[in-house]
Amino acid sequence: MKKILLSSIIVLIGITFIVRLSYLQIFTSPSNQVLEDTAIKAIYDYPERGYIYDRQGKLLVANQPAYDVMVIPREVKPLDTLEFCSLLGVDKPRFIDRLQKARVYSPRLPSVLVPQLSKEDYARLQEKMRKYEGFYIQKRSLRYYDTPSAANVLGYISEVNEQDLKKNPYYVQGELTGRTGIEKQYEEILRGRKGVKYIQKDRFNRDIGPYKNGMLDTLPEQGKEIHISLDKDLQEYGERLMVGKRGGIVAIEPGTGEILTLISGPTYNPALLVGRERSKNYSKLHYDTISKPTWDRAILAEPSPGSPFKTLNALVALQEGVIKPETTIRCYNGFYVGNVKRGCHCGGGIRNMNSGIYESCNAYFAGTFRKIYDKYATTDEGMDVWEKHIKSFGLGNYLGYDLPTGRPGRIPSKSYYDGVYGDNRWSSSFIISNAIGQGEVAATPIQLANMTAAIANRGYFYTPHLIKKIAGEPVEISNFTERKYTTIDPQHFEPIVTGMANVYKKGTAKWLRIPGIDIAGKTGTVENFILLDGVKTQLTDHSVFVAFAPVNNPKIALAVYIENGYYGARYAGHIASLLIEKYLNGEITRKDLEKRMLEKTLEHEYAKPYSGEEFKINEYVW
Amino acid sequence: MFGSNLLRRIDWLTILLFLLLVAIGWVNIYSTTLSDEGSSIFDFSQLYGKQLFFIGVSLVTVVIILAIEAALYERFASLLYIISILLLLGLFVFGKTIAGATSWYDLGFFNLQPSELAKFTAALALAKYLSDIQTDIKKRKHQLYAFLIILVPMALIIPQPDPGSALVFAALIFVLFREGLPLYYLWIALLIVVIFITTLMFGTEWMAIGLALLITLFLLVKKASFKVPTFPLILLFIISIGFSLSVNLVFNHVFEQRHRDRFSLWLRLEKDPAKLEKIRKTIGYNTYQSEKAIEAGGFRGKGYLEGTRTKGDFVPEQHTDYIFSTVGEEWGFLGTTTVVLLFTLLLLRLVHLAERQKNDFSRMYGYGVISILLIHYFINVGMVIGILPTIGIPLPFFSYGGSGLLGFTILLFIFIKLDANRLNEWL
Repeated sequence: MKKILLSSIIVLIGITFIVRLSYLQIFTSPSNQVLEDTAIKAIYDYPERGYIYDRQGKLLVANQPAYDVMVIPREVKPLDTLEFCSLLGVDKPRFIDRLQKARVYSPRLPSVLVPQLSKEDYARLQEKMRKYEGFYIQKRSLRYYDTPSAANVLGYISEVNEQDLKKNPYYVQGELTGRTGIEKQYEEILRGRKGVKYIQKDRFNRDIGPYKNGMLDTLPEQGKEIHISLDKDLQEYGERLMVGKRGGIVAIEPGTGEILTLISGPTYNPALLVGRERSKNYSKLHYDTISKPTWDRAILAEPSPGSPFKTLNALVALQEGVIKPETTIRCYNGFYVGNVKRGCHCGGGIRNMNSGIYESCNAYFAGTFRKIYDKYATTDEGMDVWEKHIKSFGLGNYLGYDLPTGRPGRIPSKSYYDGVYGDNRWSSSFIISNAIGQGEVAATPIQLANMTAAIANRGYFYTPHLIKKIAGEPVEISNFTERKYTTIDPQHFEPIVTGMANVYKKGTAKWLRIPGIDIAGKTGTVENFILLDGVKTQLTDHSVFVAFAPVNNPKIALAVYIENGYYGARYAGHIASLLIEKYLNGEITRKDLEKRMLEKTLEHEYAKPYSGEEFKINEYVW
Repeated sequence: MFGSNLLRRIDWLTILLFLLLVAIGWVNIYSTTLSDEGSSIFDFSQLYGKQLFFIGVSLVTVVIILAIEAALYERFASLLYIISILLLLGLFVFGKTIAGATSWYDLGFFNLQPSELAKFTAALALAKYLSDIQTDIKKRKHQLYAFLIILVPMALIIPQPDPGSALVFAALIFVLFREGLPLYYLWIALLIVVIFITTLMFGTEWMAIGLALLITLFLLVKKASFKVPTFPLILLFIISIGFSLSVNLVFNHVFEQRHRDRFSLWLRLEKDPAKLEKIRKTIGYNTYQSEKAIEAGGFRGKGYLEGTRTKGDFVPEQHTDYIFSTVGEEWGFLGTTTVVLLFTLLLLRLVHLAERQKNDFSRMYGYGVISILLIHYFINVGMVIGILPTIGIPLPFFSYGGSGLLGFTILLFIFIKLDANRLNEWL
């Protein structure tokens, strides 16, 4: 025993050590990745974020320098605090408080003392800075907006959050990323690639030289500039027209699918989300839950499309051969569904397709809609055919444009109605509201604009998109350059286009003609309801208008949707007419009409439901 | 004097293991203390250069030790011991304080640490006393004298304060065990440690239940012929519970918070992860950093001179007490096991050498050498890899430091000389 005691202890110790070492070095996953090594610091070299231009090359977004005053608490020498504070533009208690916080964070590492000095403060401070040891000015790059418009399209950038970090290993804490709009959609192109230098640190976090002699270091890759298809002037003009109104406007170039304007009202100046006041402004916008300025109505609002939808029903009926343009239907100032009469404002009388469209006759389209279903033995078959045709116009699903958000709208299918009424317990009478674009159908403004572009092209469309050039080179993305054909043959479009042209010539929009330009359009007046204290309450109709021009060589197709703007030819029709003139002619001849649209607001209308008092809807104000 | 006899009888395996450990140690010291402006390895302004110088001095010392007549070591053992005790006493008057401990004499070119010398003189003195024909280790009185030889230097070193070095002398008790000190001393010591730890970890109740179960088990499996000493067992049980209660008392009322924190960390007593993390980063900072460095090495290590934590000086005192963490980071599991195996081999070889001595003095001194090397190696590596609390003593042959290297070299080579001389004893 006494002879082997020591040997046993020696062997036992050896085994214990090896077990412990194998636990430490084999079974504990070592953090060998360079980024997780606390002894290595990565210093990033950020390239400048790419600029954004409009379709004509006019600058929309650039960068501006911002100056942060930084402090390394350990290196601060006694100083004339009062003088320094007055230079910085902060009061003394706050200065001392921040210095203390910086010291708590780390006495050896730099902290931001005063963020984002104005240029004037910077100029005053810069020459005196050397007097104050331990302080220095660090330049940062912020977005600069050369337009007060298009905040919803351009989007904004902000610091990455936990989710971003988890999703994409490229980012590290404190970096900026595109949060919405173009900035998000084309983040990687605009951002470029940061360069990195790995620095070996000691335990006090001081640099002691490059890691592996810089073998792993990379150079930054510049962010690329992009051109988007927006027309800066048209966008700015449209937003001025939208002041005081809520709704969305989308204009598309039918020949390419390029989005010319994408307006949501109310909106905000994109510069509000940059700089010192950023978070204050953001809260103000974000918590405005009544007018919702950050909610892009042009792509997210899903109202019923109203009468513009009639044109599609006419096209389906022609394609299915259930009517001819000459087919007539009598309007009894309305039409009957069973024994219930539904109204019509067209004036009554015999209607054919042409007058049905330009007078927007409900009775004519109810009859047409029924004929589509009557062609088939069962309502289910008719429903499938109708759904297929309508969806070929890009309705009822996500369009696939290059913005990070969107809504599908709704084109109801037979299963939808089976769910509501039960299998085989509904017929075309139940869903007759769809004939006139009310009822269950719903579409976003961009879908309506796209549908209009398809009619303007007589049977096809290009997926709407914003990207035009990257780094000066035109972009070829097959999804955006391929024609998407509708299921309607081209010859059926002419009668519809004629009807839509007559809307301006002698129909519901005859007061809105533009000298020298042929326009085809369609008004829409959409009944709408909200729940007010639990009671379904009808509000003033939404004003909807779709149009394209010129009729025979369409350059612009647009949809205008104004919440509670009353009948289609009113707000929406006026704004559409002004935008078309502005885009095609460059200037407005009808100054009084323009003045009226710029000055009129609908705030009184929007205030009604919140007033707590009884209110009237659909009042004729002007 | 360097006859072919000596060269033939020297144990070359031990010398090879010694040289390997010194060489690997220096290679790691070089990596740890290398700075950017590092020039020649002989640059004596750099720590690695100085260590190279100490290695040279040690090798010269080896030659001198081997040249000295073996019998002289036994003859002068008592004198050397007395000299080193005097040197330890002298520290109270002439000592130089480095890092809070008054453990050095300033010799101008060199700081001499007498506690390093005392290690081998105590081993010599103990061997001399025990090998005396008059000494009977079974006698209480002689046990007491033997303990005194160990306790006197300890008592002088503790107030320096250098409790780590003092602890080393306790290891010499293994020599006594080898020479017939009853093993129940060992069992009692072990029982005290186990009760201490289990009380802190599980509380007195569980400790008592566990001990009662063990005693019951012992009674159940005892041999039929074995007469059970029931009364001593019950007495042992009661004393154990009393000791356990006093552990709680001492821990909570006599220990200071920093001591409690060390135990909290070592035995993972603190259950709140946030507090444990805080202790890890304050009291346990060195261990925390050395564990992280060793973990970072993984299986193969990061490669020589590539250890980022080593370069970044993350582990304090890495070139001295924490040198093993450099091995861990740069050479990985392969490197650390190699070093552990080298130490195991060296110690086992020394046990073998000690056991083949015909001369009692040589054997006893051999055991002294093994005990001192073993406790250094056990406590140092155990601390660096985080299974023992922080006790600052160097890794033999490995850690930076002149006194240490010289002390260990003298300690080892006196034994090698005695071993080489074993056939001449009758002369």
